[in-house]
Amino acid sequence: MTLSGSNIKAVVCTDVCKSYEKVPALRNISFTVEQGEIFGVIGPDGAGKSTLFRVLTTLLLADSGTASVEGMNVVKGYKEIRKNVGYMPGRFSLYQDLTVEENLKIFATLFHTTIEENYYLIKDIYSQIEPFKTRRAGALSGGMKQKLALSCALIHKPSILFLDEPTTGIDPVSRKELWEMLRKLKSQGITIVVSTPYMDEASLCDRIALIRDGEFMKIDTPKGIISGFRKELWAVRGSNMSALIGHLREVDGVVTCFAFGDNHHITVDNTILTKEILRSRLEEKGHNEIIIEKIEAGIEDCFMELANR
Amino acid sequence: MLKYLLEKEFKQFFRSSSLPRMVIIMPFMAVLIFPLVANFEIKNINLAVVDNDKSTYSQQLIQKVSSSGYFRISDVSDSYPQALRSVELNKSDIILEIPPHFERDMAKEKSATVLIAANSVSGTKGGLGSSYLAGIIGDFSNNIRSEWITASDRFSSGRFEISPQFWYNPRLLYTYFMVPALMVMVLAMLCGFLPALNIVGEKANGTIEQMNVTPVNKFIFILSKLLPYWIIGFVVLTICFIVARIFYGLVPEGSLATIYLFAALFVLAFSGFGLVISNYANTLQQAMFMMFFFVLTFILMSGLYTPIANMPQWAQYLSNFSPLKYIIIVLRQVYLKGSSFSELLLPFAVLSGFAVFFNGWAVLSYRKSS
Repeated sequence: MTLSGSNIKAVVCTDVCKSYEKVPALRNISFTVEQGEIFGVIGPDGAGKSTLFRVLTTLLLADSGTASVEGMNVVKGYKEIRKNVGYMPGRFSLYQDLTVEENLKIFATLFHTTIEENYYLIKDIYSQIEPFKTRRAGALSGGMKQKLALSCALIHKPSILFLDEPTTGIDPVSRKELWEMLRKLKSQGITIVVSTPYMDEASLCDRIALIRDGEFMKIDTPKGIISGFRKELWAVRGSNMSALIGHLREVDGVVTCFAFGDNHHITVDNTILTKEILRSRLEEKGHNEIIIEKIEAGIEDCFMELANR
Repeated sequence: MLKYLLEKEFKQFFRSSSLPRMVIIMPFMAVLIFPLVANFEIKNINLAVVDNDKSTYSQQLIQKVSSSGYFRISDVSDSYPQALRSVELNKSDIILEIPPHFERDMAKEKSATVLIAANSVSGTKGGLGSSYLAGIIGDFSNNIRSEWITASDRFSSGRFEISPQFWYNPRLLYTYFMVPALMVMVLAMLCGFLPALNIVGEKANGTIEQMNVTPVNKFIFILSKLLPYWIIGFVVLTICFIVARIFYGLVPEGSLATIYLFAALFVLAFSGFGLVISNYANTLQQAMFMMFFFVLTFILMSGLYTPIANMPQWAQYLSNFSPLKYIIIVLRQVYLKGSSFSELLLPFAVLSGFAVFFNGWAVLSYRKSS
C-alpha cells in the first residue's frame, strides 16, 4: 500500500495521555507526521518515547486522547494498522534460537509475503548479514542484530516504520550506516518515526520533537529549533573543569551552566556580563588557561534551555 | 499461518539442547523408576530377636517370622537392653522378645505373651512392621492351636479362616496401582508446564511483542503454543503404555480409546490452567514458582500417593478441586477394572467443567492484560 502523495497524514496524535499506576508516562501528546518524512522523537531515557511508540503500534492502549496511523484509529483499526506498520522495538526481540534466515522467513510468512517478493527493499541491509544467514540470531553482534531486526520490520513493505532507539548500544560505524539506510528508505517513500536519546542524531531527521517527562517541549525542524534559541551562548574551558562549573554558576549574569563534553556551555545575560568580566572573575578564583568563546547553539543546548524553562 | 507457526515451534523445540531428551527420558523415569521408589510396601525390616526361652516353639516362631519375607534378622541378643542398643544404633527397627517359659506357658496355660517394640521414628516402618509381625505371630498361634485341636478333639470347637480376594489387582501389586497415576503426572507436566513456560519465555524475551504487531490472530498464536505439546503429550503417553506393557505386563482391562479420550479432555483442561498462569506471570521465575505451587498441591490432593479417604474431611473437600484426581480415578479404573465410558460419566462431566472453567478464565485474563 503506497499512500505517499495522498493527503492522509502518516500519524495524527491528539492529547494522548498514559499513566502507569499514577506515574504519568505521556501527558497530552499531540503531533502529526507527514507522509515520507523522518520524524525524530528525541529525549533522555524514561522520557516516554517507548510508551508513545507502543501506543502508536497498537500494543498499548492510551488512557485518553486519540491517535491514528495512516488514517486508521489505533483502537478501532488496529488490525489494519498492524498490516501496514513496521516496528522495531528498543530491545532485540527476534527468536535467538532461530537462524537469521528463519527469522526473516517467519515474519515474511506471518505477513503473507515472501522474502523474494520484497527483497529489493531490504537488499542493502540484508546483503550485509546474508553471509551469516545460517547463524542463530542470538550469536550475532549488536550491529548485525539491528540490521536483522530492521530487515524483519521491513519485509512486509510497510508504509510507515517505527524504530525505537535503533542506534542505542551499537558502534559509531553501524550507527552511521543505519542512518544512511533510513535516508534510502525515505527516498522509497516510507515514512519513518524514530526515537533516540542522542541529540547529535537530531540533525539527520526532517523534523524532531523534544520529549521530556512525557511531554513534547517543542516540535520543529532541527534548524527551526536551533534558530529559536535566542540567548547568548558561550563555551568555557579551563585547567580545572570540575571546579570551574561550580564557580561559573556563582558568577552574576550567568543564567545556566551545563557540562558538554570538554566544554562548559553557559547562557549569559550580556547586559551585565562580558567575556572580560567573566575572565577576571574566574582568575580571582584561581583558574587559569581560560578560554571563552561565543558559539552557535546545538540541539542539546536547545533541549537544556527548554527543559530549564 | 498456523502451519508456519507450528513449524517454528517444533524447530525451536528440537533445537533446544535438553527438551527433546527430557521428553523421552521422563516417561521411562515415571513408569520404570518411580513405582519402585514410591512404594509403600515395607520390606527388609530389621528385626532384633531376644529369645529368652530357646525352646522348639520359640525357634519355630523365629523361623516363621524370618521366612515371611518382610523381616531380616539383624540382631540376636540375650537381653532386651542389648536389643534396644541395636535399635539406638539404627541396626534394628523392631524388637521381638520371647519371654522365658514361652513354650511351657503355651502348653500349660494355653496362652503366652511376646513383646514387640518398634522404632517409630519412621512411622510407616514402625507401624506397618509391627502389625505385620503381630499378624505373623497371630498366624503362628492359630497353627499351634489347630495342631492341638486335631490332636485332642477335632469336634470340640469350630474355627474359621479368612481368605481375602483382591479384585482388579489380584496380586496386590503396588506398581499396578501407581503406574496409571504416574502417567497422568507426566501428562500434566508436559501439557501444563511446557506451553505456559514457553509463552512466558516469549514475554520475557520480548518476542511476543514483535508477534503482536503482526496480523497474527491471538487465538492462532496460542494454539500454535498448545498443539505441539498436545502432540508430544500423546506420544509420551503412548510410550508410557508401551513401557508398562513390556516391563510390567500391564495392559489396560478397558479400551485404550477411552483412555485417550479422557487424556485429551484432561490435557485440554490442564493446558488451560497453564495459560492462566502464563497470563499472570511476567518472568519465567514467577511462572515456575506458581506452577510448582499449584501442581504440587494438585498432585498431593489427587490421591496419587495417598488414598483420598485417608485425608481429613476438609482435605477431602479440597481434593475435589484437583483435576488430577478425576483423571487418576479414570486411568486406574480403566486400566485395572476395565470400566467403560458409560461408567465414567461423572469424571467426564467434571473434567469438562474444568476445561471450560480454566480456558474461559485464560481468555478473560488474557484480554485484561493486553
